[in-house]
Amino acid sequence: MHLGVSESMRECEYSQISTRSSTPMETPYKKRTSRKRKWESFPGRSKFYCDGRIMMARQTGVFCLTLVLILVTSGLFFTFDCPFLALQLTTAIPVIGGVLFLFVLGTLLRTSFSDPGVLPRATPDEAADLERQIDVANGSTGYRPPPRTKEVVINGQTVKLKYCFTCKIFRPPRASHCSLCDNCVERFDHHCPWVGNCVGRRNYRFFYMFILSLSFLTIFIFAFVITHIILRSHRNGFLNALKDSPASVLEVVVCFFSVWSIVGLSGFHTYLISSNQTTNEDIKGSWSSKRGKDNYNPYSHGNIFTNCCSALCGPLPPSLIDRRGFIQSDTLQLAPPTNGITMYGATQSQQSHMVSETGSESVTKTSAFRAPNSFCRLPPPLSSSSRPVNQSF
Amino acid sequence: MQGFVPTATDGNMATEFHNLQELRHSASLANKIFIQRDYSEGTTCKFQTKFPSELESRIEWTLFEDTVKTLNNYYAEAEKIGGQSYLEGCLACATAYLIFLCMETRYEKVLKKIAKYIQEQNEKIYAPRGLLITDPIERGMRVIEICIYEDRGSSGSSSGSSSVSGSTAR
Repeated sequence: MHLGVSESMRECEYSQISTRSSTPMETPYKKRTSRKRKWESFPGRSKFYCDGRIMMARQTGVFCLTLVLILVTSGLFFTFDCPFLALQLTTAIPVIGGVLFLFVLGTLLRTSFSDPGVLPRATPDEAADLERQIDVANGSTGYRPPPRTKEVVINGQTVKLKYCFTCKIFRPPRASHCSLCDNCVERFDHHCPWVGNCVGRRNYRFFYMFILSLSFLTIFIFAFVITHIILRSHRNGFLNALKDSPASVLEVVVCFFSVWSIVGLSGFHTYLISSNQTTNEDIKGSWSSKRGKDNYNPYSHGNIFTNCCSALCGPLPPSLIDRRGFIQSDTLQLAPPTNGITMYGATQSQQSHMVSETGSESVTKTSAFRAPNSFCRLPPPLSSSSRPVNQSF
Repeated sequence: MQGFVPTATDGNMATEFHNLQELRHSASLANKIFIQRDYSEGTTCKFQTKFPSELESRIEWTLFEDTVKTLNNYYAEAEKIGGQSYLEGCLACATAYLIFLCMETRYEKVLKKIAKYIQEQNEKIYAPRGLLITDPIERGMRVIEICIYEDRGSSGSSSGSSSVSGSTAR
């Protein structure tokens, strides 16, 4: 973190201390190691590209297929059908088609490449604290107890929060653990192989806009390719028309088979958005009235409009995993006295002791990925990562 | 004690750092407590205001509750859905989200305010009592982590507010 020099002295000292401790020159105890970014030691099964900017699931083959289908079909449309249609009908057709195509591509890439809302795993201290609380509640130690749950009342509805053994946290409501990506995802909708990523809180709106615009694009291409063939057949006959423009046949086939599933999916997700449910909840029937008379969705805002707006236009939360931040060793917690009354020290002796003992490996470890916990340890790196504020991806 | 720490006006930070290192005044981390999330209002970010027993001897509960309530208010402000958030959402959609290359989202702006608030609270209230609050964003918004420090020199017993402690540095 680089705060300006013009800031108040106290803040300056705080900030300068933190930046100081992250550079190698000032302390003889720190060894210079190559700085790794957090994504490089991410515990889940997600894959990262472009130095942590892009985050996807492990299997991306189907995503490539999606991309190829969209690019090829649209490409054929613009190359073979649009010239004829632009001349015979109007130039608005390729223009609108182009806009739709770009929108589809943009939302697809945004859905696929962004962090769906992955919850970082618990630090060892947190996990230990939770374990202790659970043991106290259960009265048992040693063997692995039955699935741990916590009940919470949300807007009058009792919701069970499950404990995730992998991430060592109690999952927030609506979160779920994706077994393919091995991450807990907030407001988990589903894992979509077609976009090569989970669909969760942070990318659901992009996913919805993708399938919606893709429906329009598919219908658009389908309609105008048919128009093209019809217009040509008026002139030259049906078979000649097909011979003149063979690409159109391929486009029609692709669009015909896609339109049912994509339009169907858009309709389904429109329903989900308007009732503020996730695919996960709908499939399990969590809020279905079949479960009980008093069963209702506690997250719904009551009316369709508000539900839609909150899903699509609500605030976009930042990524919690800070994948491009640097892994920092624990910074020394040093500060001058505030107003001369109290004195702050630091555990420098501990730090130096630890460093010399355990070597350079542990110096680069973060508190999040540290080995078994101990309470006789360094204070947490408060200013550890320079959290990039514009990380809205 | 204070004389050991030269003020940083001139900015020879290396010297200052070195002096602090020589201090040998240590605060050892005695305990960490975690304030969990309160989900009674849904998935919005809110922390429990229940006063943990470990802090009873360290800080007045009104101060603690005040801090947590203020944080909750900040988070509620960040996640509020209303006119401004809709406008931001629609504008972002219309510009294909490119607008966020030059502009911060409202959430990010509030997170910055929160970071500043926590630093301030640490400086004024928590550090003098041997406590330290970690920004929840560093813990994936799951918990508010409060570190409890003890003065090593006082043979293991937890000392009062004049104990040394680490402090936030950002």
